[in-house]
Parts: sequence; C-alpha cells; structure tokens
Amino acid sequence: MIRVQNLVKKFGAVTAVNDVSFEVAEGEIFAFLGPNGAGKTTTIKMLTTLLKPTSGAIELDGLNPEVKQNEVRRRFGIVFQDPSLDGDLTAEENMEIHGVLYHVPHKARRQRTEALLKQFELWDRRKDQVKKFSGGMKRRLEIARGFLHTPKILFLDEPTLGLDPQSRNQLWTHVKKVNEAEKVTVFLTTHYMDEADRVAHRVGVIDHGKLVAQGTPQQIKEQTKTETLEEAFLALTGSTIRDESAGSADQMRQFAKMWQGGRR
Amino acid sequence: MSAIYILWLRELKRYTRSRVQLLASLGQPLLYLLVLGFGLGPVFQRAGQGNYLQFVAPGVIGMTVLFSSIFSGLGLLWDRQFGFLKETLVAPVPRLQIMIGRTLGGAMVAVLQGLLVTVVCVIAGFRPVHLINVPLALGFMLLIATVFAGLGVAVGSSLQDMQGFQLIMNFMVMPIFFLSGALFPLDGLPKVLKAATMVDPLSYGIDGMRSVLLGTPPGHYGAATDCEVLLAVALLFIVIGAWRFSKIEI
Repeated sequence: MIRVQNLVKKFGAVTAVNDVSFEVAEGEIFAFLGPNGAGKTTTIKMLTTLLKPTSGAIELDGLNPEVKQNEVRRRFGIVFQDPSLDGDLTAEENMEIHGVLYHVPHKARRQRTEALLKQFELWDRRKDQVKKFSGGMKRRLEIARGFLHTPKILFLDEPTLGLDPQSRNQLWTHVKKVNEAEKVTVFLTTHYMDEADRVAHRVGVIDHGKLVAQGTPQQIKEQTKTETLEEAFLALTGSTIRDESAGSADQMRQFAKMWQGGRR
Repeated sequence: MSAIYILWLRELKRYTRSRVQLLASLGQPLLYLLVLGFGLGPVFQRAGQGNYLQFVAPGVIGMTVLFSSIFSGLGLLWDRQFGFLKETLVAPVPRLQIMIGRTLGGAMVAVLQGLLVTVVCVIAGFRPVHLINVPLALGFMLLIATVFAGLGVAVGSSLQDMQGFQLIMNFMVMPIFFLSGALFPLDGLPKVLKAATMVDPLSYGIDGMRSVLLGTPPGHYGAATDCEVLLAVALLFIVIGAWRFSKIEI
C-alpha cells in the first residue's frame, strides 16, 4: 500500500531524511518511531503531498504523490501533530466541511458522519463547538474525520501527544477497530513505545534521517536482545537527548497555549 | 465550486458566532465617528466644508471594511500553524479554489461589518443624501473588501508567523487608512501627500462611497474612475494572493 525507495529530503545543507526505504502492506498498522528531529514528520509530509522529496520514489496505492496529487489525496486521511479542527464550528460542521472538500456525496456524508461520530462516542456532542471539547475528544473527532471519506491509508502523527492514559487507550481501541472493520492501512508515529508495541503490526525506527531497524516489535526486541520496545529503542538510538532549536512553530504553540488558557 | 461555497460559508459562520469579537470591532469605528465626528465638526464647519460627521461617516465605514477584510486574510497566519489550513491543503481540491473561497468569505464578512457600522453611523446622525444610491455604496464596500481580503491573503501567505503582524499593522494597514482621505478632504494637499493618497487603493473606495452617498459629484476622482481602479486592483491582488497561496509549504 505504501512503498518508499531511497527517499531523501534536504533542507539546504541539512539532510532531514537520508536514504530511507520501507514498505507497508495493505491493512497493516505500521509505527514509525524515532527521537525528536529524526525525520518522522518530514517523511509524513512527503508521503502526504505537503513536501516534495529531494530524491527517491514514493508510491501510495500504486500512485506517485508528486504526479497524481489529487488522486493520492483522496486515498488517505491524516491527523496532524497540531490540531487542525475549526474550534468555532461544531463537530458536525467540521465533518461536513471535510466531506465536501473530499467530494463525499451528500447522503453518504450524513450516514458516515453519524456512524463515525457514534463509534467515536461524539454523537451526543455533535452540535457543540469544538473549542469546548477536551483534548481527547478533539483527537477522536480528528480521527473520525480522517475516516470520513473511506481512505485506504490513515496517517497519524503523534496522535496521543498530551492525552491522559484513558484517552490514549480509548483512542487506540477505536483505531484498531476501524483498521479491522474497514481494512484501512495505518501509518503512525508516537513517542510512547508501549503503544507502538501494543498496536503496531510492524515498526520502523528512524534516527538522524536514517532507518536503523524495521520489523515486528518482537523481531526488534530479539535483534537488540532487550525485553521491551522502549529498551530496544534506546539501544538503537542511544540515550543522548536531542535538543531541537525552538522554531517558529514551537513559539506559536506556546503562544497558543497561553492564549487558550491551556485548554489543550 | 462546492469547496468555494463551503469555505465561504465557514467564514460567515465564524463571524456570526463570535459575538464578543463583533462588539469589540465596533469600538474603534465608534471612537473615530463620535470623537472625531463631533470633535472636529466645528473647525470643519468654520473652514466652510460643511458637516464633518457627514463627511467622515463614509471614511469610517471604509475603515471598518479595510480592517475586517485585511485581518480575515491575515487569519491565515494563525490557521497555518494551528488550525484548519493544513486540513484544507491536503484535501483533493485545487488551492486556487481554497484561496478564492477564503477571500470571498472574508470579503463578505467585511461587508457585513461595514453595514453594521453604517447603521451605527445613521444612528449617530449620518444621513445619506441619495438614499437610492445605498446599493451603489454597498457595491463599493464589496470592492474595498475584495481588494483588501486579497491583499491580506497575499501577505498572510508570505509571512511565517505572527512576529510580522505588528510590522504589517504599523507599516501597511495604518498607512492605508490614514492616506485614504477617510478623515480629510483630498483637495489641495501638498504634493507628496497627494501622490501617496493616489497610490492608496482605499482612497478610491472611500471617494466612491462619498460620491454616491453624499452626492458630491463628481467626487474627487469620480465614481466611475473609483470603480475601475478598484476592480483592477482587486484583480491584481487576487492574482498575487493566489500565487503566494500556492507557494505555501507547511
């Protein structure tokens, strides 16, 4: 479903993604793991048509995202690291805009909106403005929205960041359910190794732009002779702390937090 | 087309829902209208220019439309890191449609805000001389709104974060307002100031509104010229805005 070959992305002199190759099969849940600044988000951006690769080949459902941009876009749903809902609109309206933008016919849109909001336990709150939602509810709504146009692939970029264990647990249960029911391929990134261990069929570990290991969680643990995925992860990527310089996005994030009184 | 419509509708819904913001945005026009309108009234009268409140009301309406439309465009900056923009950029819809939906929505909101201030002006004592021309004034509001919503999107797409906001406010929005002749007549100005007012698109919008509402024919430039200039600038800004918007990388 996803095929990546010798993918490279350079920003000036910095190589963010360096010769990465992997494949994700249909219906699989693939976790992309790596420390901060390892190149996870850059890879997702290239897979989802937001960035053009410097070199290398990408295929999503047999299509090249650079050439067949709109057709590729119809085939995937994405939940970004930062929330991308409109807080002034209601849950239902957020779903409606998404449906219209993805050319989902009116009737199917309403049926699927109802089914998904019920499944993600948001149906009772569908007429509430999203800004009144908790972090977990917003996340669930974003995931439900990502499924609305029946995508073949769902990208989740650190979807559980800042959520409490209950919300995280519930979120993954939902994702697994839809993955099984609709055979959607899921490509996710997370910093919580226990989640990856529990949810993912296979994982890939990226560090300094290079893919350093891939396989089932079990294989990775055996390969590194460790007990848990977290230990394996540390064995693979070392324990030095990566201090990313705060970019404008981080500053804005802080500003937004201040502004919203830490509601999310 | 449905994408343009739904994004247009979104702007409208957001506007009608934020009541506090709606009220807050009335503060500044009210200050200009009431304090300047009544404060400078006697001086204006003595200079033989007639009723200042009548004169300044179209300027205050124009100002409202300017601020509202340009801010809706700059709202992109906010949406860019934290919101909805990414959702629209990965959708299987040409970016041009997204930009146009946004711009038209922002323009629509600015016109509504302008109408609201018009009502406030009438309550304060403003009387259009030719009531029959009110729809024409509405047309000018729409033109002003489109021009500056386009400019807002162009600038909003080019900036990385909110840091540039103050800069834009002080060196773009305020000069556009002050040089537009919203507060003073354009006749008999010093050369440099005259030249500056001539390159300011808003001065044509306000001149247009004045000539249709107050019947000061032919106005300073003439309503027909005003309309042509605004149409041309609107087109230009939308093209630039669309081009800048197509270049956004996140």
